[in-house]
Amino acid sequence: MPQTMKINVTVNGVAYEREVEPRLLLSDFIRHELGLTGTHVGCEHGVCGACTILFDGLAVRSCLMFAVQADGHEIVTVEGLAPDSEHMHPLQEAFWEAHGLQCGFCTPGFLMTLKPFLEQNPDPTEEEIREAISGNLCRCTGYQHIVDAVKLAADKMKEAAS
Amino acid sequence: MKPPPFAYHAPTTLDEALQLMAEHGYGAKALAGGQSLIATMNFRLSIPSVLIDLNRIRELDYIEPAAGGGLRVGAMTRHAQVEKSELAAERAPLVHDTMPLIAHPQIRNRGTFGGSIAHADPAAELPAILRALQGRVKAQSARGERWIDADDFFVGLFATALEPDEIVTEVQLPPMPAHSGWSVQEVARRHGDFALVAAFALLSLDDKGACRDVRLTFCGVGEGPALAPSAAAALKGQQPSEQAIKEAAAAATNDVDPPGDVHASSQFRRHLVKILAERALSTAAARASGKEV
Repeated sequence: MPQTMKINVTVNGVAYEREVEPRLLLSDFIRHELGLTGTHVGCEHGVCGACTILFDGLAVRSCLMFAVQADGHEIVTVEGLAPDSEHMHPLQEAFWEAHGLQCGFCTPGFLMTLKPFLEQNPDPTEEEIREAISGNLCRCTGYQHIVDAVKLAADKMKEAAS
Repeated sequence: MKPPPFAYHAPTTLDEALQLMAEHGYGAKALAGGQSLIATMNFRLSIPSVLIDLNRIRELDYIEPAAGGGLRVGAMTRHAQVEKSELAAERAPLVHDTMPLIAHPQIRNRGTFGGSIAHADPAAELPAILRALQGRVKAQSARGERWIDADDFFVGLFATALEPDEIVTEVQLPPMPAHSGWSVQEVARRHGDFALVAAFALLSLDDKGACRDVRLTFCGVGEGPALAPSAAAALKGQQPSEQAIKEAAAAATNDVDPPGDVHASSQFRRHLVKILAERALSTAAARASGKEV
């Protein structure tokens, strides 16, 4: 039997305790152990950004971490973004309204990258937006509508805050 | 695309980590930010039998002033922390200016200063900066500690002077020399990708305005961070005129033998070496003479 370790992780506010092998990637833990399949897996070597999650509030690639490293830490995935089942997060609304997605595979990674970015930088320039999403690949949109969606989301978030 | 099995240890103190490194030696790998190591494990290019995870060791996470105006960076300090550090901006402006060019925001939230140095990727920026600034690396093992100068630390492709039981615990950058200027110039296919070539210059002037000392280094041009001694020699003692800088930049192409690969031919990289050297040296010279750049 391979070595397993007990870990305690909080994901989207829910505490989980699981036995895992050390080699289990955090992305696979989130998808296969917890069934939260909103976190997508693209390249599995840190290039595409599809698996981006929040780890203690910071955007990181979950394919470049092991689940055992998350023991005692707090994670937010795209499933934890919306405030409730009736409403979407302003970022999600903006992506919808500004056509910030086509096939949607990359979208969770973009959203999780952009949430802390807009919280820290509520009024970003286009250049700052493009730099913020430089670690996320989208093969459909050509990025222009994503940039538009981020500007729209920034406006929505500012409006909600005022 | 899944890593092979390994035994996992997550020590919470440095002493504990050093004991584990001593115990496991060659088969063990220290896991810092993991932004290169885990990717290579996913590809099974790297197959350590034991992983010693340094992420729970708080004592290696700091940015502090060093005596005389230098900077001490704990090995487990994340790139994002260095990027935001006012102390680093003030004392190591070349590092500060380069931080946004290192990978993407998600990688910088996790990747570490010491990890990048220890990994010694020939395309990575920090090893070349460490050589440009003549920094040094603190290596610790259960046997003790030693300091290794940047010029001696990088010995080849992904290879360093570290012994199998040693880990990098601190990186020290000396103070900026008087009347000095710096510059980083990089060309990458996409913002945040590994540089095709990047040039790093540190240049100081004497009281007559001639170049007193010049350090020019590159990443992306060979088996490790490359120093350009002929370029430095060509400029030393000269006024940093446009012509003198052009000649030094041309000399830099004799200091490197860049490889060709799928991203760029050897010839194109050599062309970039010249162009980026020229830009880096002239920007550094302008800063050294007090101009805002």
